Amino acid sequence: MKRHLISAADLSRDDALLILDTADELAKISERSIKKLPTLRGRTVVNLFFEDSTRTRISFEAAAKRLSADVINFSAKGSSVSKGESLKDTALTLQAMGADAVVIRHGASGAPHRLAGWVRGSVVNAGDGTHEHPTQALLDAFTMRRRLGSLDGRKVTVVGDVLHSRVARSNVLLLSTLGAEVTLVAPPTLLPVNVDSWPCEISYDLDAVLPKSDVVMMLRVQRERMNAAFFPTEREYSRRYGLDRDRVAKLHDDALVMHPGPMNRGMEIAAEVADSPRSTIVEQVANGVTTRMAVLYLLLGGANLGGEDQ
Amino acid sequence: MSIVIKGARICGGEPADILIDGTDIAEVGRGLTGDETVDADGLVALPGLVDLHTHLREPGREDAETVETGTRAAALGGFTAVHAMANTSPVADTAGVVEQVWRLGLAAGHCDVQPVGAVTEGLGGERLAELGAMADSAARVRVFSDDGKCVSDAVLMRRALEYVKAFDGVVAQHAQEPRLTAGAQMNEGSVSGRLGLTGWPAVAEEAVIARDCLLAAHVGSRLHVCHVSTAGSVEIIRWAKSKGWNVTAEVTPHHLLLTDDLVEDSPLGAYNPIYKVNPPLRTRADVEALREALADGTIDVVATDHAPHPVEDKETEWAAAAMGMIGLETALSVVQEAMVETGLLDWAGVAERMSYAPARIGRLSGHGRPLEAGSPANITLYDPSVRAQVDPSSYASKSRNTPYEGRSLPGRVVATFLRGRPTVLDGKLA
Repeated sequence: MKRHLISAADLSRDDALLILDTADELAKISERSIKKLPTLRGRTVVNLFFEDSTRTRISFEAAAKRLSADVINFSAKGSSVSKGESLKDTALTLQAMGADAVVIRHGASGAPHRLAGWVRGSVVNAGDGTHEHPTQALLDAFTMRRRLGSLDGRKVTVVGDVLHSRVARSNVLLLSTLGAEVTLVAPPTLLPVNVDSWPCEISYDLDAVLPKSDVVMMLRVQRERMNAAFFPTEREYSRRYGLDRDRVAKLHDDALVMHPGPMNRGMEIAAEVADSPRSTIVEQVANGVTTRMAVLYLLLGGANLGGEDQ
Repeated sequence: MSIVIKGARICGGEPADILIDGTDIAEVGRGLTGDETVDADGLVALPGLVDLHTHLREPGREDAETVETGTRAAALGGFTAVHAMANTSPVADTAGVVEQVWRLGLAAGHCDVQPVGAVTEGLGGERLAELGAMADSAARVRVFSDDGKCVSDAVLMRRALEYVKAFDGVVAQHAQEPRLTAGAQMNEGSVSGRLGLTGWPAVAEEAVIARDCLLAAHVGSRLHVCHVSTAGSVEIIRWAKSKGWNVTAEVTPHHLLLTDDLVEDSPLGAYNPIYKVNPPLRTRADVEALREALADGTIDVVATDHAPHPVEDKETEWAAAAMGMIGLETALSVVQEAMVETGLLDWAGVAERMSYAPARIGRLSGHGRPLEAGSPANITLYDPSVRAQVDPSSYASKSRNTPYEGRSLPGRVVATFLRGRPTVLDGKLA
């Protein structure tokens, strides 16, 4: 594996499978009453969050703590960053503190690439702008694998604001690495130009794609996109691209419904669909911790699993 | 005092001697002698280069560049005249500011500094600046540009094109439809889609160029198009020229060499803002079209768009970084690499596009003259036979934001003469 996890494209098929298999092992530990492993004792993981994302931050925090790492949470709000300190100076500060890994969430695409040039530790991308969110894709793949077995040949449909979605980019890359067949469904305004060069299919017609899908992953759509004329109204978006009860009826019985959260219930997904048995939305959150444990564990080269602790 | 340049290949031709007497060329021939001799064996002699598009940053951003440092860089790059863009602070939109810049250039003495005047007050795009006052000032402004900003209002653009006819001016348009480029970060294409950077579509440039060509034709004015960057723009300009309209265009060295995939994949790291520039780097197909257009004359001029920025404005995340690249000291080398070594242009063609044509468009009567008896002795001596690694720390510019770091480029400016006086000798400031 590479030293950093910045893009899902950094992962070979073997790397990705190793992370998912490791996460499987770690999931067993999460089921025990004492969930903590000593493998990263004495190592420091910094959560560097320039955007508010409580869910992702606490997920990484729980992952690092269960591996006994020291965790420093660095929230850009109210820190020197809001007083104009540059990303580079922040990076050098963390470097001086001896961070072994920096988990970064940033509003600018590519910020983790820049950070990786300025720190010696591993950089884990926890979401950068509209670029990527590779651990989200890993936890999604982990969730699918648990429910469906192998991802080879599985048909995954990703629906929504692909243009602005880091989740979609990472999922397309990782799922195609793992052998799944991805179809993106969105209004044409919310697809990047030249999206046909991506390793996936494109459709504007959700109803046509649903019967063939093993997984439907709904992306969050921000209401403010209406103001930039990406789509006319919430109602029209919901009617054409929302996953409601009637649409779910077109899915085969074992098909999964996923959402990375946070959801707009009633917009891209109906409440009763989100809460239905085929929905994995709560599982995804739980799987996030184990998947991120696997990533930190492998990047920081922890002791063998099942070693000193067992 | 006389200087004889021995054995230079004038515009790549047969070796000849150039005798400089005072400020002018006295004679060109063989076996000439003078008080001093400059050995130019194997060197190409070009008419002193003229840049239509330079950011000297003074007044206002003296941390990035000053007239003194920028014109040193210009002389070292073989330039004898540069047009200083108006987007300073305060903006060069009054006779006072353009005269200040002009006098700073005079005092520095490394090359002539010809200020460009802003088209609109404060580059605000709302009211015409006092174009006539700038034209009548000591700086004798003939080129007007809101560069960095587009004169996007069609009526204002029409009026500007018409108004400058009274003093033979030209509007140099930075063609960028602002609504289509809100928040834009890089060329919109496959790379921007993968990188999740807001796309800067080619049409945002092309639509404005098409409109401006039609406006210029309608009112019978001169239009100059700054830093053309797309194949579509080339087609529109070719069409406008075929109509006989008075449209000229420039391309930067970096748009002749670099492509947008460097943002994703470069030895300097992905998302390195050293490649962030306005207009953005485009695709290989665009680069090919620009080279062809420069070769066939559709694009008249190579202009550097030398845009210095301090280190802290580039050592940031991509979206926060400033747009622009320095280019005065590498321009001729890049043109050699992209145009001469590819066989698209000979040295006479380089002289046309980097000296004669820009001087003509900028109405600089003392520049862009052929190297013959009676011309002002503005001369660049260039050694095309060498090749060296780009070393940003060696540049005279105050800024280091060159996109060529880590590359090797051909050629070296050996000497520059400004009206008979050497500003550069043996590759160093004289």
